Amino acid sequence: MPAQGLDDLIGLLSSRGYEVWGARERDDALGLMPIETAAELPRGRVEAAEAGRVRLVEGPRDAVFDHTLPMHGLKRLVHPAEEKLYATGPDLVARDEAVAANPVAVLGVRPCDLAALETLTQVFEGGPYSDTRYRQRRDALFLVAVNCMRPAATCFCASMHTGPRAEAGFDLSLDELLDGDRHVFLVTAGSARGREILAELPGEAACAADLDAAEAGSRACAAAQQRRMVEGVEGLLKRNLEHPHWSEVAERCLSCANCTMVCPTCFCNTLEDRSSLDGAEAERWRRWDSCFTLDFSYLHGGAVRRETASRYRQWMTHKLSHWHDQFGMSGCVGCGRCIGWCPVGIDITAEAAAIAASEQGQTRSGDET
Amino acid sequence: MTAIARSYQPPAAEADMLPRPFRVVARQQELADCVSLELAPVEGAPLGFVPGQFTMLYVHGVGEIPISISGDPSVSERLVHTIRDVGAVTGALCRLQEGARVGVRGPYGSAWPLERAFGRHLFVVAGGLGLAPLRPLVHWALANRHRLKSVALVYGTRSPDNLLFLEQLRAWAASEGLELGITVDRATADWQGRVGLVTDLLPGMLHDPAETVAMLCGPEPMMRFAAQALGSAGVPQADIHLSMERNMKCGLGWCGHCQLGPFLICRDGPVLPYAELHRLLTVWEL
Repeated sequence: MPAQGLDDLIGLLSSRGYEVWGARERDDALGLMPIETAAELPRGRVEAAEAGRVRLVEGPRDAVFDHTLPMHGLKRLVHPAEEKLYATGPDLVARDEAVAANPVAVLGVRPCDLAALETLTQVFEGGPYSDTRYRQRRDALFLVAVNCMRPAATCFCASMHTGPRAEAGFDLSLDELLDGDRHVFLVTAGSARGREILAELPGEAACAADLDAAEAGSRACAAAQQRRMVEGVEGLLKRNLEHPHWSEVAERCLSCANCTMVCPTCFCNTLEDRSSLDGAEAERWRRWDSCFTLDFSYLHGGAVRRETASRYRQWMTHKLSHWHDQFGMSGCVGCGRCIGWCPVGIDITAEAAAIAASEQGQTRSGDET
Repeated sequence: MTAIARSYQPPAAEADMLPRPFRVVARQQELADCVSLELAPVEGAPLGFVPGQFTMLYVHGVGEIPISISGDPSVSERLVHTIRDVGAVTGALCRLQEGARVGVRGPYGSAWPLERAFGRHLFVVAGGLGLAPLRPLVHWALANRHRLKSVALVYGTRSPDNLLFLEQLRAWAASEGLELGITVDRATADWQGRVGLVTDLLPGMLHDPAETVAMLCGPEPMMRFAAQALGSAGVPQADIHLSMERNMKCGLGWCGHCQLGPFLICRDGPVLPYAELHRLLTVWEL
């Protein structure tokens, strides 16, 4: 598909009733927002991300998708930041609030965010109970993935085995091939809905050289990643639930919950009542919550996790270790958002590496004696 | 999740976040700050449950909390909860009068592994309000007394005026074959019974530790010490079961609040084997 085909794609999706969302520049960063034309995408811009800092800057070439991640994952489309569940009067006959799941097509979903969506699906549907509200929103999504050709400095998907190339979980996927004046997209369908759209897109069948170039681009992107998660982190953290490093992190951590807000898999939420002034009507709302708040672990008498150290440990061990026990998979997809959006630059890969290094140090000193 | 924690998972309830309206049909002031509410559905079938399970109780405009079921499992038309006034929602529940409405979801969670006790000694250890989720188990055990070698209950509270269900316990001890041991942390002037920890009563009341199944509920430090003492006495770790408590918002495994390491207490618990808990219970602020 020629580069101009992106507008055809947006048109086809709109004509089928989808509101099209993509990464758009806002306040020197990227947000996931509705778009009307491909011109609104951050063409030629890349994310200069570091621990504690994310800025959009001019990139080296005129690619549409060299930028990496908007600050939002797909989480807020399937698990909104707040939603009304029901309303009731004193008779407690609850009136269910219908889910307003408008069809949304997301253009430019990264492989790590596809993996995150699978993770959320496992949380809300993989256990003994299935959340029908989640399912209605999930079914309303059309996903156009983009395989990454360039990592941000905070990316570590290769070591989490979630990217930089999407194998499944999308309706369509794109590889952006830019070589001199030739600017094309390799389009792959991953569902029946995707094949219908693909049949109407301009362009010709892909040649072997383009397929090779796309694969090579993904390999190069994986090789260029500067960060990686240490091997065997699930067991590593379980062995070190009590470790001086948790207190060391807590000296930097502000318990601000930014990491949990930008994390595409952090699903924790709370339920609360909102009453009318006369108390006759009450609404039950579900809204995002964070394990970094003191109130999160409250039991009569006080919070279980009073120290920042125990809250940071809860977040990191849940993500990387106990998620496996609870949901049969990792809760971290390696998107690196928590690193970039942390106001003090705490780096989950570095914290895991520090604990791993202390274990190796112990083994070495053990060997010597 | 391991096979043992899953093996006695009861059938799943409807995955609905909407409460069902129930009515308070009887109210019993158990202690100065503690009330038992007997609930019946406004419409439709009563709620069946197995001993150890809990429900989410909703008070209009105040909030929703998990409360364990404390009544007789063979009388499902009377759903009993015993509640201590320790916060906004428990306070509102304790103030409800007969005829008032309560929203109910559930029942949720794992059950006491009753079948593991068949042909063996059942040893129940309760601390404070922890007796509430154990009472359905004792009801069941006494109704199935012929299938158990013995049924013992060790019960400790802070002071004599905190003892729950005392008349019923004494009646069971007198005529139903319950071996009852009661102890308090601090005596009052008129207290004739024992003073001390529940662990002090174990040596005298355990008959055959290797052939004993123990079930515990109470404050976490009490359960930790009692489980350690039972283990040291020779009760197999896999036969010691604890009912755990954590903050819970949904009861369905979706809100993340009730985590204890690898467990979601609402989904995998509240009843879990000590063999899987003992390492977690000694970790600071887990």
